Amino acid sequence: MHNLTLAEIARNLAEKRFSAEELTRTTLARIEQLDPQLNAFISVTDELAIEQAKAADARRAAGENGVLLGAPIGHKDLFCTQGIRTSCGSKILDNFKAPYNATVVERLAAAGTVTLGKLNMDEFAMGSANESSYYGPVKNPWDLTRVPGGSSGGSAAAIAARLLPAATGTDTGGSIRQPAALTNLTGLKPTYGRVSRWGMVAYASSLDQGGPMARTAEDCALLLSAMAGFDAKDSTSVDQPLDDYLAALSQPLAGLRIGLPKEYFSAGLDPKIADAVMASVEELKKLGATVTEISLPNMQHAIPSYYVIAPAEASSNLSRFDGVRFGYRCENPVDLTDLYKRSRAEGFGDEVKRRIMVGTYALSAGYYDAYYLKAQKIRRLIKQDFVAAFEQVDVILGPTTPNLAWKLGEKNADPVSAYLEDIYTITANLAGIPGLSMPAGFIDGLPVGVQLLAPYFQEARLLNVAHQYQQVTDWHMRAPAGF
Amino acid sequence: MALERTEVEKIAHLARLGLSEADLPRTTETLNNILGLIDRMQAVDTTGIEPLAHPLETTQRLRADTVTETNQRDAYQAIAPAVEDGLYLVPRVIE
Repeated sequence: MHNLTLAEIARNLAEKRFSAEELTRTTLARIEQLDPQLNAFISVTDELAIEQAKAADARRAAGENGVLLGAPIGHKDLFCTQGIRTSCGSKILDNFKAPYNATVVERLAAAGTVTLGKLNMDEFAMGSANESSYYGPVKNPWDLTRVPGGSSGGSAAAIAARLLPAATGTDTGGSIRQPAALTNLTGLKPTYGRVSRWGMVAYASSLDQGGPMARTAEDCALLLSAMAGFDAKDSTSVDQPLDDYLAALSQPLAGLRIGLPKEYFSAGLDPKIADAVMASVEELKKLGATVTEISLPNMQHAIPSYYVIAPAEASSNLSRFDGVRFGYRCENPVDLTDLYKRSRAEGFGDEVKRRIMVGTYALSAGYYDAYYLKAQKIRRLIKQDFVAAFEQVDVILGPTTPNLAWKLGEKNADPVSAYLEDIYTITANLAGIPGLSMPAGFIDGLPVGVQLLAPYFQEARLLNVAHQYQQVTDWHMRAPAGF
Repeated sequence: MALERTEVEKIAHLARLGLSEADLPRTTETLNNILGLIDRMQAVDTTGIEPLAHPLETTQRLRADTVTETNQRDAYQAIAPAVEDGLYLVPRVIE
């Protein structure tokens, strides 16, 4: 049962081979047995899951047949869940039970999904390894001595280990795509504004985007169909009709124009990853695609620009965590400033404090123009690169990450080296375009991801290309030993 | 430009983050490494380029100026560290 995809679960539930309650109980037992090896879950929501599963069975018995009705999922622990801890991987929110549900949670629940728990993550989604969580690092099921990637590392590890068929993630600089690549999953960062951010704990508001993580593009299409769409509660939500993501999957790829950015294949990329990526290109050519070399000349400036914009927005967003209205408060504060300073110093971890300080500095008097404004100008240059590239090609293809999953602790002493792991993913967040990572092979037993980028709101195209690729390859079907 | 210890203390104060004496040297070094990375963008010519604040360059959507939220004070205060009579408690501010 645990090896089934969402699409396969839907068929089995519809054919009454098992009930949602049976599936949920089996899944809960598997989480209890195997998660201690991974640390993928912060909270397991047993009671809620059984209750939702029974409700799904009742709805099905009453004649409903929605594809996600009774499907088990997990939520990254920054999506607010009413009455259930929403920690954001932080001590400062360890005692926080949201009084409401995020729109994404609400929509997936309305579609009949069963929430099995809240998934571990880098604290406030800041990280590329899932080592900065207050609840401890998550292990990569392909090699338990290695990181699963971050910040949606709990979501990634849980799906890769077959503890869940699918989960939500969020992507501010690559946090869906990078862990998907390092754990052999399909993960989609939609266009900025396509999926509501209401009820997502904000890190960098102009970059954060929620999206689906699963084993196949088909499953991501199923989830996106339920998650996406206009939300009046989110002022950045885009009021534009959705595509039929499932129908788009079967489109043939004949005539598809793929662009390979030369900057993605330069120094810094593991040559074995480059070989795997090019092998995926050959498969897509067999399916009828044509390939052109393109250039994204400002890509090299994306990381410096991101590490000004994201911390600047974080320093503003995280000012709400002050120990006054919710969350952690220090013991016996002597005055209000002491309450703020000690609550935040004791509640936040090192990486969060680092980014808040970088952001505070970048926005402080005298430095705004040199840092924040400069970064926003570079952001436009990066967007212009994509606009120009998409005049020549339909999708852009390259590696998702420059390296394979690294050893736990390997980059802890040097945060800057970890920042560089997001070099291929960050540009999509700065420009706001959609991006997808799909499994494309293995090197020394570790997964390799290929990234696809498309123009605004062309998630259907990304899912279509990945699905067609997954019809002729089986990388995405492979499971880690022991799970 | 490299940050000095006093500047790091000032930034920590602006961010309302307590910083211990023992943490200062390591924090200063790490921040300077990050600023070294960030400063690479100063080499980019951005003359005449308009800053991009929102990826889709849309304007803020407005809504009718009417109350839509219900009063949920009890729900919000149920998760507060300290409340009394519907108010949030903090240390004395005015002597």
